[in-house]
Amino acid sequence: MEAGGASAPRNRLAVAGARSTTQAMLRGQPRRDVIRNAIFAGLLLLAVAIALAGLTALLVQAFVRGSSALSLDLLTNPPSTINPDQAGYRPAIIGSLELIAGVILFVVPIGVGAALYLEEYADDSRWWNRLVEVNIQNLAAVPSIIYGILGLAFIVRGPLDLGFILVAGSLTLALLVLPMVIIASREALRAVPDSIRQGSLALGATQWQTIRRQVLPASIPGIATGVILAVSRALGETAPLLLVGATVFVTFDPTPFGSDGYSAMPVQIFNYALRPQDEFQTLAFAGVIVMLVVLLAMNSFAIWLRNRYEQRW
Amino acid sequence: MLQAEGKRYGERAIKWLLASCAALSVLTTTAIVISLLGPTIGFFEIVPADEFFFGIDWTPQFEPPSFGVLSIVAGTLNVALWGMVFAIPVGLGSAVYLSEYATSRVRKTIKPVLEVLAGIPTVAIGIFAVSFLLPHVIVPLWPGDFLGGAEGKPFLALAASLGIGLMVVPIIASLSDDAMRAVPRGLHEGAYALGATKAKVATRVIFPAALSGIVASVVLAISRAVGETMIVVIAGGSTPKFTLNPVESIQAMTSYIATTATGDISTGTVDYKSVFAVGAVLFVMTLVMNVVSIRLVRRYREVYE
Amino acid sequence: MLTEQIPKISVRPEFQQTAAPETREKVFALDGVDVLYGGVAAVKDISMEIGHREVTALIGPSGCGKSTLLRCLNRMNDLIPTAEVRGELLYHGEDLYGPNVDPVQVRKLIGMVFQKPNPFPKSIYDNIAFGPRVLGRKDEMDEAVEKALRGAALWDEVKDRLKDNAFGLSGGQQQRLCIARCIAVEPDVILMDEPCSALDPISTGKIEDLMIELKEQFSIVIVTHNMQQAARVSDRTAFLMVELDSEEHNRWGRLVEYDATEKIFTNPGDKRTEDYVSGKVG
Repeated sequence: MEAGGASAPRNRLAVAGARSTTQAMLRGQPRRDVIRNAIFAGLLLLAVAIALAGLTALLVQAFVRGSSALSLDLLTNPPSTINPDQAGYRPAIIGSLELIAGVILFVVPIGVGAALYLEEYADDSRWWNRLVEVNIQNLAAVPSIIYGILGLAFIVRGPLDLGFILVAGSLTLALLVLPMVIIASREALRAVPDSIRQGSLALGATQWQTIRRQVLPASIPGIATGVILAVSRALGETAPLLLVGATVFVTFDPTPFGSDGYSAMPVQIFNYALRPQDEFQTLAFAGVIVMLVVLLAMNSFAIWLRNRYEQRW
Repeated sequence: MLQAEGKRYGERAIKWLLASCAALSVLTTTAIVISLLGPTIGFFEIVPADEFFFGIDWTPQFEPPSFGVLSIVAGTLNVALWGMVFAIPVGLGSAVYLSEYATSRVRKTIKPVLEVLAGIPTVAIGIFAVSFLLPHVIVPLWPGDFLGGAEGKPFLALAASLGIGLMVVPIIASLSDDAMRAVPRGLHEGAYALGATKAKVATRVIFPAALSGIVASVVLAISRAVGETMIVVIAGGSTPKFTLNPVESIQAMTSYIATTATGDISTGTVDYKSVFAVGAVLFVMTLVMNVVSIRLVRRYREVYE
Repeated sequence: MLTEQIPKISVRPEFQQTAAPETREKVFALDGVDVLYGGVAAVKDISMEIGHREVTALIGPSGCGKSTLLRCLNRMNDLIPTAEVRGELLYHGEDLYGPNVDPVQVRKLIGMVFQKPNPFPKSIYDNIAFGPRVLGRKDEMDEAVEKALRGAALWDEVKDRLKDNAFGLSGGQQQRLCIARCIAVEPDVILMDEPCSALDPISTGKIEDLMIELKEQFSIVIVTHNMQQAARVSDRTAFLMVELDSEEHNRWGRLVEYDATEKIFTNPGDKRTEDYVSGKVG
């Protein structure tokens, strides 16, 4: 466009005039629309703001109400109803750690194994393979308390008959998060391009050699991320544990097979929260802070892991 | 020369080992069904089905006990309904904002923050709901005595609803955002080229195109809301009432299961079996919703991928 | 008689004589081979013999089944569940699809280089070493790796960075790496599925030169879209074409002509071949 002296502003005016005329012709009432759009955008921002405000309020409240109880003693002392200033989360922390160890031991081989079968071996045209897939998707959305019922009927009593021991809690939680691990592992395996498998097979490797030496190593970061996210889900679960014997008040260090009961962080927090006294409320919030810090650390680690080691093909 | 060097039993063994890992999933579903079925059948030998399915009094501890499940189903629906009334606009609004209005940098910061909401233990949300949302948000904002008023009640369905709503907002926001971003750029650009405003493009073009994914996310959120336990136990109370009034304390199916199965009840009693009967109802409800949601997701994926 | 109409395609002088068919040693003998995917024919009635220590080219328009045919030769079609191979396919006189034949063993003897270079996400060294390790040959790995890289004319370019990730190599280098990876297993045959189509002309030239050298040790079967390439490197060329059925719903590939490369490109026997190599069709 020619920008020569006095004609330039006139050109700009002409263009602006033409634009608003066209707009007016196309839309009818530009002014009203502008207001409508602004209101719409404002409402959307309000929605986001509400969600973020809710999250912030939760975090702030937990910190405000609970930080006074934060101390090393909190982590090392056993709980106490008589002496709330000295009460802590020790058995719950140890219980959670042992529970998670059990979950990982169960969920990694079985979850990765199932994912390997479904991605590398299973023929999609067979109905039973499709049934397995649908099953896993369903199980991922079954309410957690139903897993508690499953644990109660099958693991604590029923065929396995383990009793109300920590291992039973571990297995229950493991079944709960197994679908997550399978789904995440499948995604990680699927991300490995087929050309790698073909290249390996064309050299005379067997299917398992291809999986073990090429496909699995390349998908480990994705699998690890999925396992960490599943573990953080299991850490925060309360309801299923309530049904399989996480006795609400335990003052000693739990053991995997001990029949005297066990506890876990969210269960202990729940117990403190039920008590009306201020000191216990503070303890509950302190526990929430500890859990949030741990979960935040785990999820950040998982994201870092994925970003650092993700294979870019 | 072309024959295998060994019999390669190892390969076949590995395949079967891995297949059995996958079969465990089917076993799990079977185990869930079996564990629910037995005691449920035993329950219906004692309690007549019409009392269970049509009764509105859930008073197992009375003499004589009444097992009208509609009471606690109403509690569940009460909490889920008002939770969704909160979560759907907030979640969808956030989704539309993230996919149509936010710049890439804003999106990259806000989306993970919303995901944090999804990862907060439900115990923490329940405590937040009963100790903050109830006294400092609901009571001040609730219009006086409307529907009975919100003051002076330690537990409210509405408190649990808001807690659950917050919990499922990330589900709706994230999945709907994914669904809308899956809509091909061509539709966006075509609409803008015709002179449509951003609001019109978002609501009249993109939203309908992503509808099955969006509906799937809502159905999934409802399923989560129905199955949620701790928030309802902590904030909703334990008094079964056949009502959808949000400013009442109620008992949901999940809270009944959680409070009963942890108490001192012996196997074989009607109370014990009632836990499984309620569990069966819960399982069927969420199963139906999950199947619908999975079908919808498959449909929207097929259309665009 | 046709030399005035067909553009000049240079055929190397050493290829202008070929031994009479009966005296050449055969590595593959195909007789009436059909390949079907899900019951639908992709390639029909292929009968040809592929010579030992020669370069054999498969040319033809898109969709005529050249790659499908190639993948039969090392049983890579087995990976596709709906694939079916009929007819007789002999490898040094043995039925390649016989009941006791192990596809894994087949692929140790008949290797493949793919259209798009597919190095493993490992170091250059580990890429080459993968094959021998899988075969159980763990001794003298360093020497084996060097030998393979020299054989692929890549040694000098990478000898100082064997531990670097293979993804850091250029496209042409990656493809030569894949060739080195293939020859590290010491196969008998190397199949190449359009190995240069994703590469620039200079890398293509290097790989073509490599093929001439490699045929001293290996039998090579190459699928190519590039007629000049086929004319430059191959001893014999097979021309395949698409055939449509009467209602034009199905299409499959057929072998039209198979002869010494010089003959195919200067004096083809079939008019369809002539049309294709002169650029009139396809």
